[in-house]
Amino acid sequence: MTIALSQFDEVRLDRVSRDFGALNALRDVSLSIRRGEFIALLGPSGCGKSTTLNCIAGLLPVTGGAIWLDKNRVDTLRPEERGFGMVFQNYALFPHLNVRQNIGFGLKMRGRPKAEIDRKVDEALSLVRLQGQENKLPGQLSGGQQQRVAIARAIVIEPPLVLMDEPLSNLDAKLRLEMRAEIRRIHNELGATTIYVTHDQDEALSLADRIVVLRDGVVRQVGSPKELYEAPAHFDVADFMGFRNKLKGKVVGIEGNRAILDVEGARISGVARERVSVGSTAYAAIRSDDLEVGEAGPNAIAATVDTIEYRGREFVGTAHSAGGLDFVFRSHVPVELGARVHLRTEDERILVFAEPVQGRQ
Amino acid sequence: MDTLAHASPVEHGPSLGQRLAARGFDAVTLLVVPAAIFSLLLFVYPFAFGFVLSFEPKAGGDWLANYRRFFSDAFLYDTIANTLWLAIPVTLVNLLLAIPIAFRVRLMRNQRLLTTILVLPITLGTVLVAEGLLNYLGPQGWFNRTLMTFGLISQPLKLVHNYWGVFASLVITGFPFTFLLTLSYVTGIDPALEQAAATLGASAWQRFRHVYLPLLMPGLAITFCLSFVQAFSVFPSAVLLGEPAGSTRVISIAAAQAAFEEYDYSMGSAIAMIMGFVQLAIVVAVLASRGLFYRGPASGAKG
Repeated sequence: MTIALSQFDEVRLDRVSRDFGALNALRDVSLSIRRGEFIALLGPSGCGKSTTLNCIAGLLPVTGGAIWLDKNRVDTLRPEERGFGMVFQNYALFPHLNVRQNIGFGLKMRGRPKAEIDRKVDEALSLVRLQGQENKLPGQLSGGQQQRVAIARAIVIEPPLVLMDEPLSNLDAKLRLEMRAEIRRIHNELGATTIYVTHDQDEALSLADRIVVLRDGVVRQVGSPKELYEAPAHFDVADFMGFRNKLKGKVVGIEGNRAILDVEGARISGVARERVSVGSTAYAAIRSDDLEVGEAGPNAIAATVDTIEYRGREFVGTAHSAGGLDFVFRSHVPVELGARVHLRTEDERILVFAEPVQGRQ
Repeated sequence: MDTLAHASPVEHGPSLGQRLAARGFDAVTLLVVPAAIFSLLLFVYPFAFGFVLSFEPKAGGDWLANYRRFFSDAFLYDTIANTLWLAIPVTLVNLLLAIPIAFRVRLMRNQRLLTTILVLPITLGTVLVAEGLLNYLGPQGWFNRTLMTFGLISQPLKLVHNYWGVFASLVITGFPFTFLLTLSYVTGIDPALEQAAATLGASAWQRFRHVYLPLLMPGLAITFCLSFVQAFSVFPSAVLLGEPAGSTRVISIAAAQAAFEEYDYSMGSAIAMIMGFVQLAIVVAVLASRGLFYRGPASGAKG
C-alpha cells in the first residue's frame, strides 16, 4: 500500500461560526480531532452538521472562528488549497469521465506524472474493490459502486482529512450495512482521519470513535458511542439516541443521584442526568427496549395497548396512558390489543432530565 | 402471451385499440392533429410550393436555370459569404459573451429581474433597435459626440451604414436569446460537481476546463445552431444599418429583390432554397460534432 495519507497531529475547530444572514447555522463550534480518529457529526436535519463539514472543506466560508491543521490556519484557504478529500451525499461523480478518470482527477489536476496516476488509481481501485469497472461511466454503475468510486476519488489524493457527507443515505438498507463496514475497513487500512456526517444514530454508533451531537448549530455532547448511548447529557441527545419514551412528570424527591418523579400518579425513579429540583417539571427517558410489560409497583405505569407487532424474537408494541402519554415497549409474550398492562423498568434504565428550554439554548 | 395469441388469434388476440396503445397510440395521440395541420399548412406546404416553384424559371430555360444563374453571378453568390461573414462571428461573439455572464448570473439571487431586462431587446424587435442604433451610433449620435467631447477622437467614427452597424444590432438582438439558452444549460449542471472538483484540487480555470466545458459542449452546440439560424436570416438591420448594396448585401436581401423588385418569384424561391441549404449544412455540421462529446445527463448520480 503506497497510498499514504499526509500526516498531521490534530485538526482543531476553534469557535467556528457560520451565519446565513440573520440565521446562525453554527455557533462557536470547538472541536479537536486527532490523527486516525473517526468522528461522526450526528444530529437532525438542519442542526448544522453539513454546514460544519462544508466549512472544514472550504465550500462555505466561516463567519467566525478559525480552523487549524496543526499550526496552519486553513479556514482562509480556498478548497483546492486545503487538499481535504470529500465524499458527497449524491457522490458528485463527473458524468463524462469513466471510473479511472474520475479517480485520477485530483492527481491529474495536481499535474502528477501519468505513470504515478495510473499506479495510484490501480491501488485505489483495489482498495475499494472495483477492479474491472475502470472503463465504465458513472451512469453505468450501481449506487454502491458509485459510492466506492467517490470514496476512491477522495482518498487517492492522500488527504490529511477525509470528509464524508451522509454518504450512505442514497443507498438501500442492505447496501448501507455493507458499505458501512467497507468505510470502516478503508478507514482502518489507510489509517485515515475521517469526519463523517450522518443523521442515523446507528451509523454513528457503529462507525465512529467519537460522536459529536449537534443541535441548532451548537455542540450538545461529544463522547464515545458508549458514553452517548448510555449516558446522554441532555434530553434532546437522549431523544436522538433512541430514548423513545418520554414521561413528563413532577420531581417529588431527590436521593443522591436519583430523582423521583410523579408521572400521572405513578412513582418513577431514575438517574438524574441534569440538575433538577423538587417541585420542578422533569422528563424520564426510557428506551423502548427497556420498557417491558410487568407487575404493578414501583417504576410501573398503567397503559392501554394500541398496537402490537411481531418482530421475531419479541413483540414491540405501542400504548397510551390515561393521561395521554405514549409509550413504545417490548414484550416476550403476545399482548392483546386494548389490554390494560403495566409497563415498567429498572431505576438505572431511566434517565431524568430537566425540562428543555424552549427554542435555542 | 405469444402462444395464446397463436393458439386462437381471432377470439383472444388483443383488439386493434390495445395493440395501438401498446405502441404509444391512443386517444390522447389525437391531440397532435391541430399542431400537425398547423405545420402542414404554414410550413410544409409553403416550403414544398417554393421548392417546386424554384425549378420553374420565369424566363424559361431548363429546371436548374435559377440555380445556375445564382452560382454564376458574383453579385448573387457573394451574398452567401456576406451572410456567413456576419452570422458566424456574431453567433460566436454572443456565445463567448453569454458563457461568462451565465456563470456569474447562476450565482445571483435576483436572476428573474436580470433575465427580464435581458429579454427586453427581443420584445422590442429588430426594427426599433435599428432605429435606436442609427441615432445613437450615427455621426451626430451620443456615442460619437461623447467620444469627441472627451477628445478621444477628432472625426466621428463610421459605425452605421456598414458592417459594424449590422454587427452591433445582431449582437444586441441576438444576445438575450443566446444568453437565456446558455444560462439554462449552465444551471442544469449539478453545482456539487464543481465543489467536488474544488476539493480535489482543481483551480477555477481547471474546473471550467475539465468539468463544466465538456458537460456544456452539447448544449452550447445547440445554442450555436439556434443563434446562428437567427442571425443568418438577418434582413431589417442589414437594410437599415448596413450598406445593402455592398458589404452587408445578405442573402435575404437578394431573395427579396428577386421576388419583390424583379417580380421573379421563381428566382426568389431558388435563393430561399439555397439559403435554407446553407443553414442546414452548418447546423448539421455543428450537431454532428456533438458526437465527439459526452451527451448523457449532467448530474452524476441516479438518485
